[in-house]
Amino acid sequence: MIPLSHYLIVSAILFGIGTTGVLVRRNLITILLSIEIMLNAVNLTFIAFGRQLGSVDGQIIVFFVMTVAAAEAAVGLAIVIGLFRHRESLNPDAFASLKW
Amino acid sequence: MPETLIFYALSGFAIGASAMVIGQRNPMYSVMMLIASFGALAGLYVQLDAPFVAVAQIIIYAGAIMVLFLFVVMLLNAPKEDGSEWDRSHPLRQPAVVRLGGLLASLLVVQLGWALLSARGLGGGVAAFGDAETVSSVRVLGRVLFSEYVFAFEATSILILVAMVGAVVLARREGEGS
Amino acid sequence: MMDTPFNAVVPMLCVVFAALAVMMAEAFRGRDEQMALGGLGIVGLVGAAVSSMLLWNRNASSFGVIVADNFGLFVTMTLVIVGVLTIMFSSVVVRRDGLPAGEYYALVLFAVVGMIMMATANDLLVIFIALEILSLAVYVLTGIRRDDPRATEAAFKYFLLGAFSSAFFLYGIAFTYGVSGSTRLDRIGAFLAAQSMSDSPLILVAIGMLLVGFAFKISAVPFHMWTPDAYEGAPAVVTGFMSTGVKAAAFAAFTRVFLSAFEPFSVDWAPMIWILAVATMILGTVVGVAQTNVKRMLAYSSIAHGGYLLVGLIAANDVGKAAILFYLLAYAVTNVAAFGVIALLGTRDAANDELRDFSGLWHGRPALAALMTVCLLSLGGLPPTAGFIGKWYIFSAAVSAGYYGLAIIGVLTSVVSVFFYLRVVVMMYMEERDPGLAAPAHVGGVGMVALVASIVVIFYLGVLPTRVLDLAAESISTIF
Repeated sequence: MIPLSHYLIVSAILFGIGTTGVLVRRNLITILLSIEIMLNAVNLTFIAFGRQLGSVDGQIIVFFVMTVAAAEAAVGLAIVIGLFRHRESLNPDAFASLKW
Repeated sequence: MPETLIFYALSGFAIGASAMVIGQRNPMYSVMMLIASFGALAGLYVQLDAPFVAVAQIIIYAGAIMVLFLFVVMLLNAPKEDGSEWDRSHPLRQPAVVRLGGLLASLLVVQLGWALLSARGLGGGVAAFGDAETVSSVRVLGRVLFSEYVFAFEATSILILVAMVGAVVLARREGEGS
Repeated sequence: MMDTPFNAVVPMLCVVFAALAVMMAEAFRGRDEQMALGGLGIVGLVGAAVSSMLLWNRNASSFGVIVADNFGLFVTMTLVIVGVLTIMFSSVVVRRDGLPAGEYYALVLFAVVGMIMMATANDLLVIFIALEILSLAVYVLTGIRRDDPRATEAAFKYFLLGAFSSAFFLYGIAFTYGVSGSTRLDRIGAFLAAQSMSDSPLILVAIGMLLVGFAFKISAVPFHMWTPDAYEGAPAVVTGFMSTGVKAAAFAAFTRVFLSAFEPFSVDWAPMIWILAVATMILGTVVGVAQTNVKRMLAYSSIAHGGYLLVGLIAANDVGKAAILFYLLAYAVTNVAAFGVIALLGTRDAANDELRDFSGLWHGRPALAALMTVCLLSLGGLPPTAGFIGKWYIFSAAVSAGYYGLAIIGVLTSVVSVFFYLRVVVMMYMEERDPGLAAPAHVGGVGMVALVASIVVIFYLGVLPTRVLDLAAESISTIF
């Protein structure tokens, strides 16, 4: 039998990894991925607590978190593309292989 | 104790893969590692009697969101750190902010550790509570989703609409439409 | 309540339908056809205002998660005013800057929907979704000028820190759910009332995480670092919208969550907010003094105003609670108008938001200079404007609750802040216009109407505040 605290510790470690990634990395994509790690850590917390409480609420909240993550990713990636477009116009050699 | 072994294997894998996501210089590998980490998490969800979420995790996260990431990585053709570096006045990279962030993070860890150690009712197997049948039933899940959470469900549709409009506005080519 | 189960969401639905109508109208618009898309939006917002008035005092609730109590309705009215003023200013800016009109107005309206949802939600999950709706819309609005690299970069910064803070907020919700077994605020409150700290140390973690999430959204120090960049990079009219609407909605949810669900633990969170409030008031004012860009200066000013609002939250006595609502309204109208003036002064190619761009404005555009002066005096808290009454009530609430230190710091920082507001005023009246500068843009029509209307509101709230204060007091008493 695995106690709840083990799941919480795993999710806290994952959350910490995600936070570190956002603070330390400079790559735009990696930063967005780190935020995804954080959201997944939270999902694990929800499901573990939900199991402990014997209710399905935790799982349902996770579905909403997934939707929010997808929406955030879509907008975030669109902004990243915008950033790259400006950089491309500043330095055309950098992305010579790109066709818009 | 195969159950315990599986738990440690899966969580070790998830943590290791996540650490490699932020340890990579190449975002392509980062995305791949994150998919692996999501797979391990899906395994943990199965252990927690949440098979439906586990499947959704694979299909939505690994299958859809990560493919979107891969698509953008390839579109931008920026495999290396320097190519997509974004350091101009990164709001999180000023020394004061980093120090403060470090302080807050360590405070958080201490607080969390203290809370986990001193909280009661966290020991004992998680699976001992409630009825595994009910918790893992998709039927119950659907009922609760469309009764208790129906407003949140509808609100999500607005959220997705906003994301759609927003992504189109931002990523559309210059001079198109308008 | 024996009404239909949908009545509490009617204000929200009005705005949703307006946004959908704008999108449809844009889709079927001819190539060079002009359409009053903003007008459609205003119709929806007015519908929301009317339905809020009809719901007043009825304590309607829908789906168990949306409650149209007077508190939520008061904030809804504030948000509607912000939305209408923003759309009126935008109608000038959208045409001038060639922004995609349909998408722009739809996003503004969807953001208002998210704000109203956040102000009336009674469930942490719904608050989170509402927060995401308004945040995503505002990120996109920040970067809507795609030809401007600064705007895109501001959008990314805002997005990055916003998503980061949402993750913290969500983690806080997870712990709250784990401890109390629910995300509904009333159930959490009932559960926590029977608890003590030793029973559930995890609740302290939850409070801390939620606090971080809210502090980011209301840009309290030390979670403010995105604010100046995002406010400076965004188009001025969007800055006005997000510095007021987002802050009002986040503050409404903040107040509701902490004063209803987490009330039993106020001994534990009040000191944390005390520190936030002091740091926010001091840093916002001190750094604001050093700014030479008016938009950036107003960004720091809005940080400081968040600090004053936090004072009201700590001094959560009857006066303080009503003062929060009054202050939100006064601040929202004033700040939207101030950013409106900046937006109207800009041109397509130049933002004209540096301090020296305001030199001698009185000689070129006396009306605009006079209106801007009123806004700045109200932000500085000088009588007879709305800002004065708001500050007066906030600080007297702090004094009557025994928080003398907070009141003194608040008054001192207000005095210092008057300095940088007056600096702009002095620039406008005393200085000669720099001949190297282009003549200020001509402003007419809808923009001017919106400005005059907001000035009227500022003076009304400043001279005859009793009626609105009574409404605020009445509305806050319904929930706490």
